[in-house]
Amino acid sequence: MNYIPLTEKENKEMLKSIGIKDASELFSVIPSSSRIPALKLPKGMSEQRLVSTLEAMAKKNASLKDYACFRGAGIYDHFIPALVEEIVNRSEFSTAYTPYQPEASQGTLQAIFEYQSLICELTGMDVSNASLYDGSSAMAEAALLAVRATSRKKILVSSASHPEYRQVLRTYLQGTDIEVVEISSKNGFTSLDDARHKLGNDTAAVILQSPNFFGTIEELSSFRALSREYGALLALSVNPISLGALKSPGEIGADIAFGEGQPLGNHTGAGGVTFGFLSVKKELSWKIPGRIVGQTVDSNGRRGFVLTLQSREQHIRRERATSNICTNAALNALAGCVYLAGWGKNGIKNLALANFAKSRYAYERIIRIPGFSPAFEGQQFFNEFAVKTTKDISHLNKKLFAEKIIGPLALSGFYPEMADCALFCVTENRTKSEIDKMAEILERA
Amino acid sequence: MEKLLNEISHEGLSGYSVPEIDVPHENIEKYIHKEALRSSEPELPQVSEPELRRHFTRLSHRNYSLTTHFYPLGSCTMKYNPPVNDKLSQLPGFADLHPYQDEESLQGLLELLYGLERSLCEITGMDAFTLQPAAGAHGEFTGLLIIHAYFKAKGEARTKIIVPDSAHGTNPASAALAGFEIIPVKSKADGCLDLELIEKTLNKDIAAIMLTVPNTLGVFEKEILKISEIAHKNGSLLYYDGANLNAILGNARPGDFGFDIMHVNPHKTFSTPHGGGGPGSGPVGVKKHLEEFLPVPKIEKKEFGYKLHYNIPKSIGRVRSFFGNVPVLIKAYAYILALGAEGLRNVSEQAVLNANYLLSILKKELPAPAGDRCMHEFVLSAKPCAEKGVRALDIAKRLLDYGYYAPTIYFPLIVEEAMMVEPTETESKDELDKFASVFAKILKEAADNPATVKNTPTTTPVSRLNEVEAARKPILKWADAPK
Amino acid sequence: MNVPKELRYMKSHEWAKQEGGKVRVGISDHAQHEITDVVHVELPAVGKKVEQGQPCAVVESVKSAFDIYAPVSGTVVEVNDALSSSPELVNQSPYEKGFFLVIEASNQAEWEKLLPAQDYEKLIG
Repeated sequence: MNYIPLTEKENKEMLKSIGIKDASELFSVIPSSSRIPALKLPKGMSEQRLVSTLEAMAKKNASLKDYACFRGAGIYDHFIPALVEEIVNRSEFSTAYTPYQPEASQGTLQAIFEYQSLICELTGMDVSNASLYDGSSAMAEAALLAVRATSRKKILVSSASHPEYRQVLRTYLQGTDIEVVEISSKNGFTSLDDARHKLGNDTAAVILQSPNFFGTIEELSSFRALSREYGALLALSVNPISLGALKSPGEIGADIAFGEGQPLGNHTGAGGVTFGFLSVKKELSWKIPGRIVGQTVDSNGRRGFVLTLQSREQHIRRERATSNICTNAALNALAGCVYLAGWGKNGIKNLALANFAKSRYAYERIIRIPGFSPAFEGQQFFNEFAVKTTKDISHLNKKLFAEKIIGPLALSGFYPEMADCALFCVTENRTKSEIDKMAEILERA
Repeated sequence: MEKLLNEISHEGLSGYSVPEIDVPHENIEKYIHKEALRSSEPELPQVSEPELRRHFTRLSHRNYSLTTHFYPLGSCTMKYNPPVNDKLSQLPGFADLHPYQDEESLQGLLELLYGLERSLCEITGMDAFTLQPAAGAHGEFTGLLIIHAYFKAKGEARTKIIVPDSAHGTNPASAALAGFEIIPVKSKADGCLDLELIEKTLNKDIAAIMLTVPNTLGVFEKEILKISEIAHKNGSLLYYDGANLNAILGNARPGDFGFDIMHVNPHKTFSTPHGGGGPGSGPVGVKKHLEEFLPVPKIEKKEFGYKLHYNIPKSIGRVRSFFGNVPVLIKAYAYILALGAEGLRNVSEQAVLNANYLLSILKKELPAPAGDRCMHEFVLSAKPCAEKGVRALDIAKRLLDYGYYAPTIYFPLIVEEAMMVEPTETESKDELDKFASVFAKILKEAADNPATVKNTPTTTPVSRLNEVEAARKPILKWADAPK
Repeated sequence: MNVPKELRYMKSHEWAKQEGGKVRVGISDHAQHEITDVVHVELPAVGKKVEQGQPCAVVESVKSAFDIYAPVSGTVVEVNDALSSSPELVNQSPYEKGFFLVIEASNQAEWEKLLPAQDYEKLIG
């Protein structure tokens, strides 16, 4: 294949216009010792062969279209309405660049403005950016934002927040003098006592996730009060769909809300591409990382949209920018926008309640199976919960997989002390019969 | 004007149908503490699906895009995005995978990612790649953390990075985020480095030099081998910003120039669509001596299949959750497979030929400060027009009227009234000719009657927008707008 | 360009005004004109220690950001909060309503290093 729309004849005419005989002259500036005769790669393929080659690879994977998924832990199998896919596949959106020329990019810009509005409504915050790469980098950006805003150098993060997010947070900060301290967890909750012990006047932010990695809904108001006492910001990582039912970060009094946007109309896609969302209180608006779209008027007084507050950004401030981010995840945020817009006020609530009802049913069903019990007595959860079992979890998962089910996540991978615990996720995509079938296999195993 | 969602909202409507709840309905308040529950629903708009579809489709019509317009945005390599690649990335066997599935059930994906890593090594002359970074700037940041880790392991405290003043803003921003101090160096008029100045600036504090080759003026760095030699003699590393890789693809490799570490931008060089601002991806390649610092996990090919390897003690750690931007990587690999060795080489040859052809015409209209030849892109200076009151910005806006997206303007910073044009290899000669004649026409308009160029655009959905008021009195969501 | 005689200036275009031990700081008429429309001003916290010639604030237009350097060393005792909602004051009234901050000077000798109006006028030609 090649996608070059020029003929030999046209190329010759162009060479003539340039005033050279051979195109190779244009490469003569490259030291000849570094030129290569040919790449050691296979020959190109026809479109037909390309498709069959990649289809063969795709078939070697177990797709959630064929397997019922009870695994969550940061990436969730939700239903994606057809309209969402249709819109993000429109090439007018997908093949545009970052909207540097606003007059020729009003579609992208207005969609991002709507996205920001929806995220602010959902999280109860004042200002949202246009998206970040994913939930993990959003945690790192939230930490850096808190450091900028407070001029303090210590970050407290809950050990019950996503382990990969914490890994990314540490990676991001390894070149700086910012200290990351973890707050221990107990009974599936972040320990308030430990937080009190570790919090000081040098703390820039307390970062919590709710529902946390174990699925537990944290008791956030005490953390709000505690962080205020020390002048630290409260940054909350939230599951956006849970906000159809759970109190928003804004209502709780958080300063920063962030999280993984994948549940909002994006495929699980092996964990990516997704998008990260980040929204803040008004006071922090000039400190926020990444692109932001604002409403304005054109020279005829008509409403229009532009990238704004740009003097925060790398293309202007260079090494003193609020972040190095340039390309974000605009198209995935667009999916989030179409998704949230379609659910609307009542739909998002009903969707959240469907998740809750189905996971509650699965929970009751599983903990009654001999050899299974709640990992945390009386755990309050949204669509994920932890179960303790006397059985071998990897054996259970093999049995389930053989019956076309992706079973729960063994928590031992991230929490070695929880070797007998498994994390189940049940979204609206799971049916009663799938839940029953899974439970029956667990019973037999 | 397209109304906003909140303006077409009607109480009681919803776009999507709530899934059947085939389990007993539960009262959430029975199980979750009231204090943790919302007191009222979020005020999301209430719009029916037919209205929503029309709304977003109309919005899409308010965009210039690569499938509808020539998009000569310099440094962004807006080349054709083959739809087959989108389709392949959306196969259920790729798009509907859970990242925590067992490796055995992800073998096809791991095979693909491994194949992409090996291909990128061959294309760039590097020894190992990570696919985890989510964008070019994220790749730069990853690379700089690797540089940081490398010197730390060697017990050397090198704290500074040399960045030429012609570099993209992300270079210094990424280096600062990684904890380095930036030493900006002036480049020469053609954007190339001043060898003497580099020699003078190098000392034992310098961890690396970050370079874009060809540079942002579209000029190949003639002294690259010499720079590599003196940098390495000083114990410093050489970082390659892959933004302009399209210029040398298949003809030369950063690894062979002496670069130790680099990132590539699949959404530029390897044709993955940019999505109106993302997603991108930023794979990072390194030479052998830096391999042990790459992020975890690493994909390894074993006798019985592919494995994820986590235990790499000197690794900088994770830079993104899960695997990275998988669909982007799938599209990039599909592109590489489709083109093959020869096709990739043709890309750079045609891209450079197209750019030089367009330059050969446009240099008659405006000065090209970097000279008569370029690689894949070139920079013009609209200074002569600006002196008469028509700025690069005005010319850019007028181009929109004629159905072209504008070149990158006011970058690189070292050229006054810069207009950076990158036609790419996927534009036809007809399109280049038409663009050149429109460009000449606009300059004539500017000379004859500046007002026709200054009060533009006029054919776009909105005319010139007030960016000052947007920043002074920010309206960043529906609720901020004055009633 | 308006260059009030009673003020002192820096080469980097800040003005300074003696107010009995305290020094009021802003940017010159020339500077606001060059920056064009000011859209945001980043000010330090009251109580912050600053040093002569070191950055103490940032002034931003749509597509640029410039450091503002402290004309004298000391402690910031007042900042112009009005600029956060009305950054245009810097353009409209650079010497009055558009001031940036007030520094309690710690070293009066530094004052003499600042440019008198006539020298600054020469500088900006």
